[in-house]
Amino acid sequence: MSLWVIQRDLLLAIRRRADVLTTLFFFIIVVSLFPLGVGPEINILRTMAPGVVWVAALLASMLSLGRMFSSDYLDGTLEQMLLSPQSLAMLVLGKALAHWLVTGVPLVLMSPVLGIQYDLSADALLVLTASLLLGTPVLSLIGAIGAALTLGLRGGGVLVSLLVLPLYIPVLIFGAGAVEASAAGLGAGAHLSLLGAFLLASLVLAPWATAVSLRISME
Amino acid sequence: MSILQGSNLECVRGDRRLFRDINFSLEAGELLQVHGPNGSGKTSLLRMLCGLATPAHGQICWHGSDIRSLKGDYYGAITYLGHLSGVKDDLTAIENLRISSALAGVEIEAKKAHEALQHMGLGGRELLPAKVLSQGQRRRVALARLLVCGTALWILDEPLAALDSAAVKLVQNLLERHLGQGGMVVMTTHQEIDITTGATQRLQLT
Repeated sequence: MSLWVIQRDLLLAIRRRADVLTTLFFFIIVVSLFPLGVGPEINILRTMAPGVVWVAALLASMLSLGRMFSSDYLDGTLEQMLLSPQSLAMLVLGKALAHWLVTGVPLVLMSPVLGIQYDLSADALLVLTASLLLGTPVLSLIGAIGAALTLGLRGGGVLVSLLVLPLYIPVLIFGAGAVEASAAGLGAGAHLSLLGAFLLASLVLAPWATAVSLRISME
Repeated sequence: MSILQGSNLECVRGDRRLFRDINFSLEAGELLQVHGPNGSGKTSLLRMLCGLATPAHGQICWHGSDIRSLKGDYYGAITYLGHLSGVKDDLTAIENLRISSALAGVEIEAKKAHEALQHMGLGGRELLPAKVLSQGQRRRVALARLLVCGTALWILDEPLAALDSAAVKLVQNLLERHLGQGGMVVMTTHQEIDITTGATQRLQLT
């Protein structure tokens, strides 16, 4: 299946650690700067924590979208992928998963540590991490569509942001909302279920849409 | 009936028509050499043959059915080598070969990949990352795929670019062997290449 695509992309990520670390450091820096800039008012920090962490995760994930297909496009590997007898959608799914493992998972792992700066309770930290765990793969999957559509365009970076942002917003609202709901005593179940639904829908639809976009971009 | 057939192919780039009414048919063991000056649409034609681009007009058939309806079945039967060789800078020669073969649906053992690279004159350089290889050596890594792919139709865009005379000889032997086994080749080249096995057709684009 597309397992070896994941393997290959992980291998490439290991050989090019700087790219991976850029995303992670961006996330850490943005999240860490807010408490310093806003000041040590604990109640304010607690209320804004989920939003800040989620916005930073979203921007960090967007930062690395451009690289998802561009290097394969430039060296001709992408042409070979389009000509593979295996399903292009499965290859794309593999690439999106590899992108998530490289850019999403480190953010998920770092988020509880960063959350401590905002004096979040253990429960809130758990919900925050869970919402990121469900939400960041959606960001990679939806981002893949935008990256595929803007392939080889000049100024593609700006365009990709404009294309995927509207699709990212529901994820952001329910992701950050999950923590707020649990802090308000409503329970995060509903929000997390919706994030799960986004994840399942994008797992099915995004690879297909990305595959179609790639074929259009490569014409 | 011929195996690969193109009828009335037309290519339009922007508002310029590169070629029209291109017809050809290819049987087992035949080589089709596409000639033409720079910018005459050779690469565009080859990309059409791969199914990467859609002709503005006309149809390409593989065993009688349109390649656009065949998709995966057709892709499994061809190997395309374009201007961009698909060799990753950060991977070693052997990793490049094994991964590009896996992509084409043929998973090969490390031993077989070694042999293929050795045959292409890259013995001892299998474990070097492709970024330290020269242009010609990278081309050889890409060409090594032809040794292991086992497909019927090879579509080669300037396979001889950047190669030294020894490598040209290697490719020539490779092509002759492939044609001898009933394979088909469509290629463009500006260099003269002397293929004695099988029938050679020429297609001139203006």
